[in-house]
Amino acid sequence: MRSKSFIIETLQGDTGGRILIAILLCGCVVFPVFNLLVPQSSAFHISTYLVTLFGKYLCFALLALALDLAWGYCGILSLGHGAFFALGGYGMGMYLMRQIGDRGVYGDPLLPDFMVFLNWTELPWYWYGFNNFGFAMVMAMFVPGLLAFVFGWLAFRSRVTGVYLSIILQALTYALMLAFFRNEMGFGGNNGLTDFKDIIGFNLQTDETRAVLFVVTGLILILVYLFCRHIVKSKFGRVVVSIRDAESRMRFIGYKVENYKTSIFVLSALIAGIAGALYVPFVGIINPGEFEPLNSIEIVIWVAIGGRSTLYGAVLGAILVNYAKTRFTAVMPEVWLFALGGLFIFVTLFLPKGLVGFFSDLKEKMEKKA
Amino acid sequence: MQRIVLILSAVLFLFGLSGTLSEVEAQPEDVLQAPSSLEEIVQALATARRNEIPALVENIAELEDSRRRSFLESMLEGQIYFTRQEERVVKAVRIEEQFQISDSLTGEDLGLVGTRAVGRVSVNNSLRRNLRLLIAGIDLENEDPEIRLSAVEYLVSQAATESQEQLLQLKTVEIDNAVNQAIEEGLALVDLSSEDPSLRSAALDQLSGNLKNTIRNAIRQVAEGDPDPDVQAKAEDVLYSIQRDVELYGYVQTLFFGLSLGSVLLLAAIGLAITFGVMGVINLAHGELIMLGAYTTYVVQQTFPNSIDLSLLIAVPAAFIVSGLFGIAIERGIIRFLYGRPLETLLATFGISLILQQLVRTVFSPQNRPVSNPDWMSGQWQLNEVLAFNYNRLYILIFCIIVFALLSLLLKKTKLGIEVRAVAQNRAMAKAIGVRSNWVDALTFGLGSGLAGIAGVALSQLTNVGPNLGQAYIVDSFMVVVFGGVGNLWGTFYGSFILGIANKIMEPWAGAVIAKILILVFIILFIQKQPKGLFPQKGRGMEE
Repeated sequence: MRSKSFIIETLQGDTGGRILIAILLCGCVVFPVFNLLVPQSSAFHISTYLVTLFGKYLCFALLALALDLAWGYCGILSLGHGAFFALGGYGMGMYLMRQIGDRGVYGDPLLPDFMVFLNWTELPWYWYGFNNFGFAMVMAMFVPGLLAFVFGWLAFRSRVTGVYLSIILQALTYALMLAFFRNEMGFGGNNGLTDFKDIIGFNLQTDETRAVLFVVTGLILILVYLFCRHIVKSKFGRVVVSIRDAESRMRFIGYKVENYKTSIFVLSALIAGIAGALYVPFVGIINPGEFEPLNSIEIVIWVAIGGRSTLYGAVLGAILVNYAKTRFTAVMPEVWLFALGGLFIFVTLFLPKGLVGFFSDLKEKMEKKA
Repeated sequence: MQRIVLILSAVLFLFGLSGTLSEVEAQPEDVLQAPSSLEEIVQALATARRNEIPALVENIAELEDSRRRSFLESMLEGQIYFTRQEERVVKAVRIEEQFQISDSLTGEDLGLVGTRAVGRVSVNNSLRRNLRLLIAGIDLENEDPEIRLSAVEYLVSQAATESQEQLLQLKTVEIDNAVNQAIEEGLALVDLSSEDPSLRSAALDQLSGNLKNTIRNAIRQVAEGDPDPDVQAKAEDVLYSIQRDVELYGYVQTLFFGLSLGSVLLLAAIGLAITFGVMGVINLAHGELIMLGAYTTYVVQQTFPNSIDLSLLIAVPAAFIVSGLFGIAIERGIIRFLYGRPLETLLATFGISLILQQLVRTVFSPQNRPVSNPDWMSGQWQLNEVLAFNYNRLYILIFCIIVFALLSLLLKKTKLGIEVRAVAQNRAMAKAIGVRSNWVDALTFGLGSGLAGIAGVALSQLTNVGPNLGQAYIVDSFMVVVFGGVGNLWGTFYGSFILGIANKIMEPWAGAVIAKILILVFIILFIQKQPKGLFPQKGRGMEE
């Protein structure tokens, strides 16, 4: 029962995390059961639409977790996490594309439709191996990780920090977006990858597949949460936090600051890649729009609203903001950007510690009075 | 007379459609002897067979009648018809299901008729070409030298050999220099294909250094296959030097486009260089302040629709004020609470940018708004055949340099400028000697924002004015400032021109998107090596 004690130890003193994991576990049971076993006529039935929607939110939560690890604990305000997420998504998208096989519009057994459309005769080398699920998933993590490693190693070594780093990461994301919009890149250009049929042999459109995807995403989120919590509680995590608070001091003491920063940045990018890969089967499409700089900044606001450097706050923020977005864009689409913009300003001015910080401050005050 | 018969039979031979050779030869005699006034020839068109039409048209052009040109033009446009009943030749314009007909020469209105009542005088492609040549031939006698010039140019480019005689004739009476030059070129072009090698050689001498496309092609033909080896070698030399010139002018053109892009980048980034560079505030709403400037231009043009030519003169100060006021409001309302917290400033200003975008969508429309170019901004300055500067780009380049010079002066010489720099360098010390730093902050931010508004006016003359205008420039502007070095106006100046020119140099062989990506990647790598930009600000601070 080492694993059990590991979990207990990891969650020691983390009330928010414990509540979060309890809720997630409940969700992983409630959603599939009420979706598949309760008849549609019943008031307790959860529609497949909702399962998909919350599945998407879980992916965003994972992404927010990744950013919180880098921003909240290491002070790296990354405006490039949208790119890592999208790259992971493309990894999964390429696998799903290869799974279509000869069921595409042009019926080519090897080439995806868009390549036939562009009169390509053979598969580009970087598409090799993506018919294998394991390989595709490794690549979905490896490519964002590699990009983060190269970029981080260059940037942190030459001590590019703070706002500079954010802006350069934004430029990187922007450059990637421009590149992926090109048809010649071989990733479907403007339209991206879509029309997926099935994943490891299961039809993507069935309720059962979606429910399983939901559960898998939920469990991965729990595992990643535990992993992140473990990291930030370890010695490594403490060093990272110290670097966030006093970088020069840590350097003078003798820590290799750039190695720590690069490691945490790569870890964060890997998690973002996983989130992207899980996201694509839910929405059924991946296109260069995911690289838009706006998306990357939105991730930051999820974390800021939930409360940075708490991990569970990031998850909370991602789900809350996205739920609001779904609601707003359905009822009054033109108000959403006003609301989002206002949210940015409100949170930075009045809720610097996010919702989590706000409530814990409130609790403290109440206790003092009592 | 003999000559006309010859020409006519040649033309008929060339343009006759269904007629056999014997028929064609029989025709000219009849045609020539019969009608002699314009009315008569025109009337003959009504009953003429297809293969007779070209000869009649030639006849019309030969007449000394001032109405012939407009008639031939109508014919070129396919507006000449004949009425089936009276067999009268008319000009007809189709209006829905009917024809509005008028007399083909006097223009007298003959009312509306049905489509069946008239038949078209058929004009095929070869006749159309001939009509154009004839009209150009008539234009050679026009009083306006510019019309003569374009007629000569047309004849030379389309049929130099055939019009040699006309050109020679005009040369004897022509007094306008430009027209004479064009005639000389045309004649030299004809000589280039003459039998006599010395004539060809002389023509090459005359045409050396000429950049016109038609002439270059003609010389290339000589260089590729002239029977005389001396002439061929000479042609090769001439062609080589022309091509070198063309290449050189191509570089100048690229340089101009690079400078133009650089000036746009500089205008977009210069406000940022103030707010980000001097104050250290990350203003992600900077692009939207540019957009507001562009919309101000739109509003100004809507308010004074009759004085588009002056609209920019009003729009520049108006945009400066509008964007500047927005900037001051943003600084006083939000940013001043966030000094020293750059990452939070980044988020808050991003929120502002979202709100401003949506505001513009709500107030105006999500679609692009039309902003027109004043007359003096449209068109281009044609220096020679291969080099032309667009007036709008040229003026924006000049404007941008003026703005930069004024801003430098402002920061160097005025009290406000000195206070701004004092606060930027050492806030506490500046406060201690009595600078109202709050006031200076607000004004500096307003200045940077106002500059963004001015950039918007310039951009409205180059691109579409829409809610996304700002986003397209924000990444570029930040790149310029970061590349040039924060806190340094000259860095921004050189940075934007270097990036603009580099971009345009790469574009031809890499494509616009790849060029942009390469530039971004270059800056990302450059920042690794030189984290403080091209011109780093010197200071003692170990850690900001």
